[in-house]
Amino acid sequence: MLLRFWGTRGSLPAPLNDRAVRSKIRDALLAARGRLLDDSQAIDRFVHELPVSVGGTYGGDSSCVEIVGGDTYTICDLGSGAREFGNGVVAKHGPGKPQRFNVFLSHLHWDHIMGFPFFTPAYIPGNVIRIHGCHKVMREAFERQQSDPCFPVDFRALGATIEFVELEPGRTVEIDGLQVRPFLQNHAGDSYGYRFSKAGKSVVYSTDCEHKFEVLSELYPFVGFFGGADVLIFDAMYSLADQISMKEDWGHSSNITAVELAQLADVKHLVLYHHEPVYDDKMLETILAETRRYAEILRPQQQLTITSAYDGLEIAV
Amino acid sequence: MVLRPVGRINNDTSAAFQTRLSASVAAAGTAVLVDFSGVEYISSAGLRALMVASKQSKAAQGRLAVTSLTPVVKEIFDISRFSYVVQVFETPAEALAALG
Repeated sequence: MLLRFWGTRGSLPAPLNDRAVRSKIRDALLAARGRLLDDSQAIDRFVHELPVSVGGTYGGDSSCVEIVGGDTYTICDLGSGAREFGNGVVAKHGPGKPQRFNVFLSHLHWDHIMGFPFFTPAYIPGNVIRIHGCHKVMREAFERQQSDPCFPVDFRALGATIEFVELEPGRTVEIDGLQVRPFLQNHAGDSYGYRFSKAGKSVVYSTDCEHKFEVLSELYPFVGFFGGADVLIFDAMYSLADQISMKEDWGHSSNITAVELAQLADVKHLVLYHHEPVYDDKMLETILAETRRYAEILRPQQQLTITSAYDGLEIAV
Repeated sequence: MVLRPVGRINNDTSAAFQTRLSASVAAAGTAVLVDFSGVEYISSAGLRALMVASKQSKAAQGRLAVTSLTPVVKEIFDISRFSYVVQVFETPAEALAALG
């Protein structure tokens, strides 16, 4: 399997502004002092060495992750990142060749479905889009999002064949070459995580979940859901202090919780996801370094790779 | 009142830590100082216990502060941002002076 992250921001898209770009240019120029950058290869090497906060960005699109490995296109959530994903598919195949998509929705909050009205494949007759989830009101949410006066193109006018498929939490199903098991999560109106498996490899997509255990043990159900996963994509939106004080019951978790759960569940690769839109790239980089340090403090002998997701990230599983 | 927990405050010990803390902050208007000089590690369960006690203390018009964090515990306070939600003092003398 291969994972492609098209949108990694939580709650609301957060594009870079003028001040942020200027700050990156300034930091890059400071880092270039004393370096011999007299040809394009040297410049490319230098840019490649820069941290994401200077030479790139974590990005600003909301939740959308592609899982490559099934027989069709498979994506988790339809946040604003789905726009670029859809455009990429159309650019690759052209509009005349019908494609099939399997979508798995964590839940129906706006940041997880807002990309669909801009998902070009939905407008192309012949395409088939199957939207899977555990909420009974999926169709209603999509129709309301594209109804007057909120959006000019009615959902019923879309050219693709769009189907909604309700899944049962805890029941594993095989969908176009991938085994998929949804599980219930703690979030306002409920959310659902998914465990995808194929050929002995597994990826868990678990966003918009507030973990409220008082004591963490093997009995906590998520230890089983995440158990031995090759990759765990985890909602680490807040600091622990925020999660259990001011933002308690807002439905999200922290990097500290992420590490404790991932280590207990023997996860191999933890991906911090659903970034707080208030955080800039430097803050996200700081949080990544702190999270790696916490993992080292907690269980120094345990091998756990930790990555902070960014729009454009690819992970081979 | 000064509490001096020792060892690791983790999933095995956080319940006892919680019980002692809650009993200490329950009395109206009490100032409680937790001296962490003997604590090697605190997990999220321990930090939750501290947060619960902090809320209980505020509700009882009391005060709760911590002092003498060991280097690793200080790192965990910083990483978890607990330094922003619980009063942290370098030394017991500074803490006791501030708490009155």
